[in-house]
Amino acid sequence: MSASTTPSLHLRGSRRSILADRAATVVLWGTGAFVLLLLGSIIVHFGIAAWGVVSPSFVLSDPSDTALGGILPILWNSIYMLGLTMLIAVPVGILGGIYMSEYAGDNKLTEAIRFAEEAISSVPSIVVGLFGLILFVDNFHMGFTALGGALALTMFNLPLMTRLSEQALRAVPQDERSASLALGATKWQTIQHVVVPLAIPGLVTSIILTAGRVFGEAAVLLFTAGLATPAHYDFTNFNLGDPASPWSPLRPCTTMAVYIYKLQSEGLGIYVSKVVDGSAAILISMVLAFNLGARLVGRLLTRRLTAA
Amino acid sequence: MHATATYPEPVLRRVKVPAPIALLGAAEAPLDESTTKIATEHVSIRYGRFVAVRDVSLQIRERSIMALIGPSGSGKSTFLRCFNRMNDLIPGAKVEGQVCLDGENVTDPDVSVVELRRRVGMVFQRPNPFPMSIYENVAYGPRRRGMNGRRQLDELVETSLKRAALWDEVKDDLRRKSGLALSGGQQQRLCIARVLATEPEVILMDEPASALDPVSTLRIEELMRELRKAYTIVIVTHNMQQAARVSDVTAFFTMAEDRAGYLVEVGPTGRIFTRPTERLTEDYISGRFG
Amino acid sequence: MVQLTTANRLASLRTAPGLRERLDLPRRVVFLAAVSMIGIVTLLLGFIAWQGIQLFVKDGVPVGQVFSATWQPDATSGPTNYGLLPFILGTIAVTALALLISTPLSVGLALFLSEVAPRWARAIVQPALEIFVGIPSVVWGWLGLTILVPFLHDTFRHDFVISLPVLGDVFRVPGFLTGFSWLAGALVLSIMILPTITSVSFDAFRAIPQELRTGSLALGTTRWQTIRHILIPAALPGVLTAIVLGMTRAAGEALAVQMVIGSQPVLPRAVTQPIETLTAAITLDMGNTVFGEPWQDALWTMSLVLLIISVASVVLVRLINKRRMAL
Repeated sequence: MSASTTPSLHLRGSRRSILADRAATVVLWGTGAFVLLLLGSIIVHFGIAAWGVVSPSFVLSDPSDTALGGILPILWNSIYMLGLTMLIAVPVGILGGIYMSEYAGDNKLTEAIRFAEEAISSVPSIVVGLFGLILFVDNFHMGFTALGGALALTMFNLPLMTRLSEQALRAVPQDERSASLALGATKWQTIQHVVVPLAIPGLVTSIILTAGRVFGEAAVLLFTAGLATPAHYDFTNFNLGDPASPWSPLRPCTTMAVYIYKLQSEGLGIYVSKVVDGSAAILISMVLAFNLGARLVGRLLTRRLTAA
Repeated sequence: MHATATYPEPVLRRVKVPAPIALLGAAEAPLDESTTKIATEHVSIRYGRFVAVRDVSLQIRERSIMALIGPSGSGKSTFLRCFNRMNDLIPGAKVEGQVCLDGENVTDPDVSVVELRRRVGMVFQRPNPFPMSIYENVAYGPRRRGMNGRRQLDELVETSLKRAALWDEVKDDLRRKSGLALSGGQQQRLCIARVLATEPEVILMDEPASALDPVSTLRIEELMRELRKAYTIVIVTHNMQQAARVSDVTAFFTMAEDRAGYLVEVGPTGRIFTRPTERLTEDYISGRFG
Repeated sequence: MVQLTTANRLASLRTAPGLRERLDLPRRVVFLAAVSMIGIVTLLLGFIAWQGIQLFVKDGVPVGQVFSATWQPDATSGPTNYGLLPFILGTIAVTALALLISTPLSVGLALFLSEVAPRWARAIVQPALEIFVGIPSVVWGWLGLTILVPFLHDTFRHDFVISLPVLGDVFRVPGFLTGFSWLAGALVLSIMILPTITSVSFDAFRAIPQELRTGSLALGTTRWQTIRHILIPAALPGVLTAIVLGMTRAAGEALAVQMVIGSQPVLPRAVTQPIETLTAAITLDMGNTVFGEPWQDALWTMSLVLLIISVASVVLVRLINKRRMAL
């Protein structure tokens, strides 16, 4: 059309839109660099802060008011709380996931369950904690207990656990189900022997991801499991009814995240900030480990199951 | 293995191949003595280590329609996409050799792809109107290069839609109706109008009618014959009758044993469909292969 | 013989009633597990709503008083007034500022990951974001408390004033008194909601058909023009959903905010001043009050307000997505 006035193709940089494109590209790369830089500096910060604090004796001794002390009982509480919560949340979450993936029809009830799922995940964790406070502490007169905390955490994590398991189960190809049903297996046998085994890598990943969240959560536990710092645990005391026993679910159970909050709010003692830095470093490493673990285990299981 | 095409002979009128449109279309206007618009020299395209297209040299004349035909996987679409450097968007894709537009090598890293793509427009296999009104679809290209005058745009949108033979069907709700609300054939003509509004010199069409019904296909073909008066058109098609009906020159691609596509022969459409020089071409158009 | 076999086969196709019962048992179990979430939500809404209205029902505080600006809950130091306005506005203020900071950054990051980043860069940044999600909120609060708050205090201690010759001071932002402030809370929150907004917007951008990108680029537009005029409009419902989710998370975050906000129940006026949010007040005072006293009942009213905000946001997200379906 305009062959006579054909402009050269070599017009780089002369037009505003091309300059704008360059600028945008630089800015967008900048956002990526910013996130990496931020994460990097946080990790380095805690690496430096934890230097000289985190040691075997820090992890393995009791807290102290007058010296640096350790965090053994609190670390134990975190692990205990994690175990107790997962004991309740994992079965319920996976079973719920099975319903949503294998049975739920396209009806009002499914819609309601989805709404509930979304509603709980958007409720602030502090409000879930308050709900635990009325229900377990005020109505059941349980006081601050590990069990109350674990139940509140279960409520908090159930939607995530259910949704992740649903996704893992849905990822199993339809053909596998058809093959099993065609061989005369019942629906439940198919789920039990075909669908769930094939979904195991996904299920394990979802368990680990949920666990990571339990480990870091504090607001839910503040008013359900309590803020008391345990002085010393006698790990040989297996009397589950005894609130002093570290094995009892009916005792106050301050976890690492809650402990950090408590220490900074009290702001007493010269060692406080060191203990917090050390605890935060351990907490972050745990979360990192859970994250890496979820990937690694998921990948390993997938490889093993598909190779076998 | 490549064929460089020079074709002084006029298109033959004794076209054996199907539809009567072939006679009306390709044969109607013999090639004039126009200049070469696009020339490729020893073009090879690789994706990583896989060679998709090997050593293709051919010339495309101004204001003509060239059809690229051949079996799936013969690299026709890939080859087409090196004219406006859409291959740049595929990570690992690499073009070797020269692709010249009016004598300028477009593969030169110094070339502004934005400018190149404005001059070399493209219509895709599946109509891809933007999720906005018909008017905004057509005005999209001009607006992006700074045309803002209301009257100027109105005029450009109208002429583009008229040229794409869509104006009469959409003129009443240009601004209200979404481009996505049109039928498939209308959507494809909208996409053509959208390209015309950027005032290109060359229009690349990648199987533009393969997703359309026969009636819409016919309209697109008529439109192409019309557009040929002003634009250079390169079309990739699986449909040999379509190539015979609309194109002036046909290039036949196939793939070698290592799955690399290459050019077998190129020549006036009438000759390719009646007296192909290569055995492979003959086999393909007579349906023994492909 | 033949007939008998056929009869047998037919019989075996019918399931005995007892067996059918047993077949349904697993179904009931998984159904209960899924439906338990409806139970939890109902109980939670019921209990919090019941506790939340005690301030009006039992303590006889007029509903209008909640919307006043004075917070004087302590009966031992004069006449009480349960004005929740400082907390409600505080929550809105901190959330809005956090969104203002975080949204451009997060949407930019989502665009980077979906449109710009080569594969290797995505393989680094995406796991980094997952780690961000995993960092506990108390750790963010602790970082805010030990790094951000002192930094703000040391760097912006003096009033920021724009003075003109005749008009005098036309613009004045007081310097940080302590560093505990509206801005500190918003900055901490903006980092905490960054992964949420990023990942949801990323999904929205990825869901756009590739044809729209190639269609636009083939017309000779730059990548940025394509992003601005095609991708962002097309992904808008998804990006809005992302922002609402980020907002919900910001408004509901308790501990990290409480650690840096300064806890002064005043109406927010300057970003450099300490204010208070609903979550921070609940966190701080719930443990210091007695169950059943009006002060604590007011805290329950605050949590009811939080609950209403979060349920409203779920409804909002659903509305946005329903519109997307309709388009």
